[in-house]
Amino acid sequence: MAIIERPSPSPATIPALTPAAPAITPARTFGALRRPVASTGWKSWLFTVDHKKLGLMYGAMALFFFIVGGIEAVLIRMQLAAPNGKVLNADLYNQMFTMHATTMVFLFVMPMAAAFANYFIPLQIGARDVAFPRINAFGFWCVLGGGIVVNLAWFLGGAADGGWFMYAPNSGPVFSPSHGVDFWALGLQIAGIASLTGAINLIVTVLNMRAPGMTLMKMPVFTWMITVVQFLLLFAVPVITVALFLLSFQRMFGAQFFDVAAGADPLLWQHLFWIFGHPEVYILILPSFGIISEVLPVFSRKPLFGYPFVVFSGAAIGFVGWGVWAHHMFASGLGPVSVAVFSVATMAIAVPTGVKIINWTLTMWGGKLVFTTAMKFAIGLVVLFTIGGLSGVTHSVAPSDTQQTDTYYIVAHFHYVLFGGAIFGIFSGFYYWWPKMFGKMLNERLGSWNFWLMVIGMNLTFGPMHILGLQGQPRRMYVWTEARAGEGFFNLAFWNLVASIGSLILTVGVLFFLINIVVTARNKERAPLDPWNARSLEWMTSNPPKEHNFDSIPHVHHLDEFFHRKYEEDPVTHTMREVATAEQVLAELERNADQHIHMPSPSYWPIVLATGLPIIALGLIYSIPVAIVGGLIVLYAMYGWALEPSVAPESDFDTVSGNGASGNGHAVGASHG
Amino acid sequence: MAETAVAHDSHASSTGISNVKLGMWLFLGSECLLFGGLISTYMLYRGRVASGPTPEQVYDIPFTSVSSFVLLMSSLTMVLAVSAAHKKDDRNTNLWLTITALLGATFVGGQVYEFTAFYNEGLGFTTSLFGSSFYTLTGFHGVHVTVGIIMLLALVAINKRSRVPGSKSETVEMIGLYWHFVDIVWIIIFTLVYLIPV
Repeated sequence: MAIIERPSPSPATIPALTPAAPAITPARTFGALRRPVASTGWKSWLFTVDHKKLGLMYGAMALFFFIVGGIEAVLIRMQLAAPNGKVLNADLYNQMFTMHATTMVFLFVMPMAAAFANYFIPLQIGARDVAFPRINAFGFWCVLGGGIVVNLAWFLGGAADGGWFMYAPNSGPVFSPSHGVDFWALGLQIAGIASLTGAINLIVTVLNMRAPGMTLMKMPVFTWMITVVQFLLLFAVPVITVALFLLSFQRMFGAQFFDVAAGADPLLWQHLFWIFGHPEVYILILPSFGIISEVLPVFSRKPLFGYPFVVFSGAAIGFVGWGVWAHHMFASGLGPVSVAVFSVATMAIAVPTGVKIINWTLTMWGGKLVFTTAMKFAIGLVVLFTIGGLSGVTHSVAPSDTQQTDTYYIVAHFHYVLFGGAIFGIFSGFYYWWPKMFGKMLNERLGSWNFWLMVIGMNLTFGPMHILGLQGQPRRMYVWTEARAGEGFFNLAFWNLVASIGSLILTVGVLFFLINIVVTARNKERAPLDPWNARSLEWMTSNPPKEHNFDSIPHVHHLDEFFHRKYEEDPVTHTMREVATAEQVLAELERNADQHIHMPSPSYWPIVLATGLPIIALGLIYSIPVAIVGGLIVLYAMYGWALEPSVAPESDFDTVSGNGASGNGHAVGASHG
Repeated sequence: MAETAVAHDSHASSTGISNVKLGMWLFLGSECLLFGGLISTYMLYRGRVASGPTPEQVYDIPFTSVSSFVLLMSSLTMVLAVSAAHKKDDRNTNLWLTITALLGATFVGGQVYEFTAFYNEGLGFTTSLFGSSFYTLTGFHGVHVTVGIIMLLALVAINKRSRVPGSKSETVEMIGLYWHFVDIVWIIIFTLVYLIPV
């Protein structure tokens, strides 16, 4: 709730077990609604503005869509396992690959990065929340609403079927007559609002709310990489917003932006899409680069090798990422000068990426490696991403790329960088941060199964696609025939079957993770305070952290501040020796606890405002009056929002008797919100 | 130790710029790319008129110059509103905010008139690529001005009931930033769309 008195000295308790908070009743009205006061139960989640709760909700949503996208992927592989597949018809197959990519990119990897960013950035920079907590909540409800709108099309006449980059004329009414593309465009528009507000929020948080002493070059690499990603989002999202608006106007109001028969330029969409779309691939991968830059030093028992190089190469990737979009369009006849420029720029971006890989490798070099599951996934990323990076360099050579365009070789490449890269990084993050988020360790034995099955499955699935692609199997074809399968080592039938079996192994690997979640949830054993002997500030608090994160805001003197509070260099032997345990460091913070901590208050408005948007989207597709209703909800919510102060003053609540503290402060336990 | 630690103190930021102001600047940076995309689309398509009217045939430069002047003057009144807000002069703040909103509404009214006139001259939204991209670009700008007007009037309404949360002068300043940005975008649109011949 609003004010926390005398921070509780014990670690946070599980919400269900905490006794009910003292009865607090709201006193003032903001645009017809009073402030929500529930501190437990579903209401405390629905109206929360706590960055940790929102992070968990982002994560749960992303995981759900990961399963949805995974089922779509398996269906695609089952269709292609044998010649003349009968699992899906052509129409359904088109919807399947379009929605698989859309779901994985926009509804799994991006929200999952947002989940980690929301949860850990305030903790890593020593802050108590993000800069705009209500906007943060609004962002989550937007991305959820957008995801629902995009997927609603499955039940209302068929999902989008033009491929995830939705080139004209496939996106037009002739080739996509169902409402699928309309749902897709409007749903992504809503999800885009979340990306934009999230970007502004996290950049302001990182720039403005760092703990005293934490200069930019003392920030953890994960925070750095997320910051770079937010700048990419800030400038990439408006471009796809324009493209999606133009597409919607064409489909709904008869505009002609992509209608070549009316004289439109077929490259307009491609340029707009990829000016967004290429920064987007760094938006997907950089958070995982950040995660493993945290994990590798911890489990190598060494500081990150060349911290400034890792930071600046990440920023360099962010900059150069803006100048390479047309390498997705080498086959579209751009002209030799454009092709040469974009080809060279694309080769150049391999340099900062290579710098990172060398830094990670040298971090491990000579370290006392601890092969936990988090570490295995991190090493898996370094190896698999490098393979994907190398095939990426072959695309930068334009003549070679012309040969590879629209074949399975491309599919192989981007699954090595996105599955082997982004998703392995995310899984590394799961195992590394699970005890921080839930106070329990994921099972390492199940984790090992999880990791090895995923590595084997992923290489069996995507490895053969290099061969299939170079043999000329086109992507997005819903069947292949025995007659054209070829012979011997290059037989398409054999490698397609291998890839499909691989996808099943991959599925089992992911199942082990889900089982692990259940097993861990049932396990009574609490995680130790500092299970990994970690280095950064998010570990300098209880597991899971209290609502206000830190009893007192730490003063930062070092990169890896937590490590330097635990260890000091011995002046004689020049080795690090332990001077304090994690518990002692934490006790020190608690001794200096702040007495009055004002936390942002829960609010109805973010979810009300976000609810208006899908209603507008559905109204635009089916009936304009419904859209007007949605618009009124949005306006009304904005008005109430504008009236309501973010941090509730005490006068917003009726006083509670028997609560001490001069009658108007309310003592609230740690995990109330 | 006994001091109150506030999680959201706008005066204690690492950069010295308040959260709200930094956030607004970032948002405006993002908006540049939005209008960049729309303006690029228009520039690509402005010569593609199919069988419909050309830009030269429909544009009424003197009329649009006058409405542009009105919009630019609203930036001046916005500055006066911000200045009055910094002096904690509620009466003049509300006065200048209202005048700014009225000037903005005059501009939007002019745009509505212009759209109607163009439509009657045969330039519909679906007539040609020029029509589609012209109405989309100027329409997006018009919506931005309209949102600005709503914010201005809402601020006056809330201010009269003394229910502005947080710093009042900063709230006025933020709407001012947005308003000036929308004006600057119009200078670019007016130059590129109306003044430079195809």
